[in-house]
Amino acid sequence: MSDSKFEPKIMAFVCNWCTYTGADLAGTSRMKYQSNVRMIRVPCTGRIDPMFIIKAFESGADGVLVSGCHPGDCHYTAGNFHARRRWILFRQLLKFVGIDDDRVFFSWVSASEGKKWVDVINEITDTVRTKGPFVNYQNLNKEFTLNG
Amino acid sequence: MADIISIAKSIFENQKAEMIIGYAKATKEGRTRPVVVRTLDEVKELVLNSFCLNNLSTYLTRKENKGKRVAIVAKGCDIKAIVQLIAENQIRRENVYVVGVKCSGVRRGFEGHDSTKIAEKCITCNVKTPHLFDELVEMKGEELPGTDEKAESIVKLEQMTANERFAYWEEQFERCIKCYACRQICPLCYCERCIADKSMPRWIETSPTKRGNFAWNIVRAFHLSGRCIGCNECERVCPAGIPLSLINRKMAKVAKSEFGYESGMDPNAPTLIGTYDVKDKEDFIR
Repeated sequence: MSDSKFEPKIMAFVCNWCTYTGADLAGTSRMKYQSNVRMIRVPCTGRIDPMFIIKAFESGADGVLVSGCHPGDCHYTAGNFHARRRWILFRQLLKFVGIDDDRVFFSWVSASEGKKWVDVINEITDTVRTKGPFVNYQNLNKEFTLNG
Repeated sequence: MADIISIAKSIFENQKAEMIIGYAKATKEGRTRPVVVRTLDEVKELVLNSFCLNNLSTYLTRKENKGKRVAIVAKGCDIKAIVQLIAENQIRRENVYVVGVKCSGVRRGFEGHDSTKIAEKCITCNVKTPHLFDELVEMKGEELPGTDEKAESIVKLEQMTANERFAYWEEQFERCIKCYACRQICPLCYCERCIADKSMPRWIETSPTKRGNFAWNIVRAFHLSGRCIGCNECERVCPAGIPLSLINRKMAKVAKSEFGYESGMDPNAPTLIGTYDVKDKEDFIR
């Protein structure tokens, strides 16, 4: 691992109705983007418990993206408004315990924004790549892995 | 103004409540203990002095007290918790008879604590005269000195780099033994089944490991964001001495600066996390 170039693991929690469809559009349009992202589809951004983000870091993610419908576009009317308020607080909490803005990202990507999805992924993958692996969090795991 | 014992007597005589949750003398000098008084004979047990530090409102949501008409001796800070519980539909206003305490600050008097200093939560207190009560009682005592060191610590932490902050909290949380005393004492941690107790799926490592401690403390703090009323009981009971008030106060600061919201002030105001505004700030979203 250590001799090869570092490739970040990005976990993306995306809403079924907008960002997932947007990513699908990027795929069907044959757009190319960096393959570091692992997507998890949830019904709505309102479904994303902040616990998911913690769990992603526990599982070895170097960066986490949370993405859903633009405000006003939510399939369930207000899911993303509730989510946004939660993120405002949660983001500040993460910052305060030392998980900064270059580890957790938020975006609105609609079903027609395949291009935006490509840009967002490329941008955050580059950010996390320059930042390097999230050793701080991965060190917390050390008690559990047998071979370091 | 009447004293606490005659107020308690009149509560029973006029059948205003079935029981009174209050403070009684403890075996050791310089501290009090919570007591539940149910009959007129027991009323003489009640005391009220500057060692009445505990927040008794945590007993209001206990199963055995639910739906009963309970009287409670509560300082301004404790009343904030009661207000928040009413706002979150956990208790009914008409079921709780609040004996509000006009308070000049409380302190910790037993071994290892400086009883000449006021408790930390009292320094920034804005409800020394309660904002919701059925009856008022005055606590006798002089104003004690004290300095708010935590406010500086929060600013200091904010100015650190992310790595330094992470290292700081890693060191603090490492001491956590997962006793969940912070959760048990918290008046606003009333879930019948806590996420920390769920095993399928298990969200939080149950053994006191670095990873699990970090997750637990973040989740505890988040679940209280915009709700914590700053009674500081979690920090008081923490056997590991983790400075939980730093996190709680930071989140209260965020709620205030982002939304102009202060928890525990208005029982009719909508809760922060239960509502939204289409104009909420979103400069951090791409």
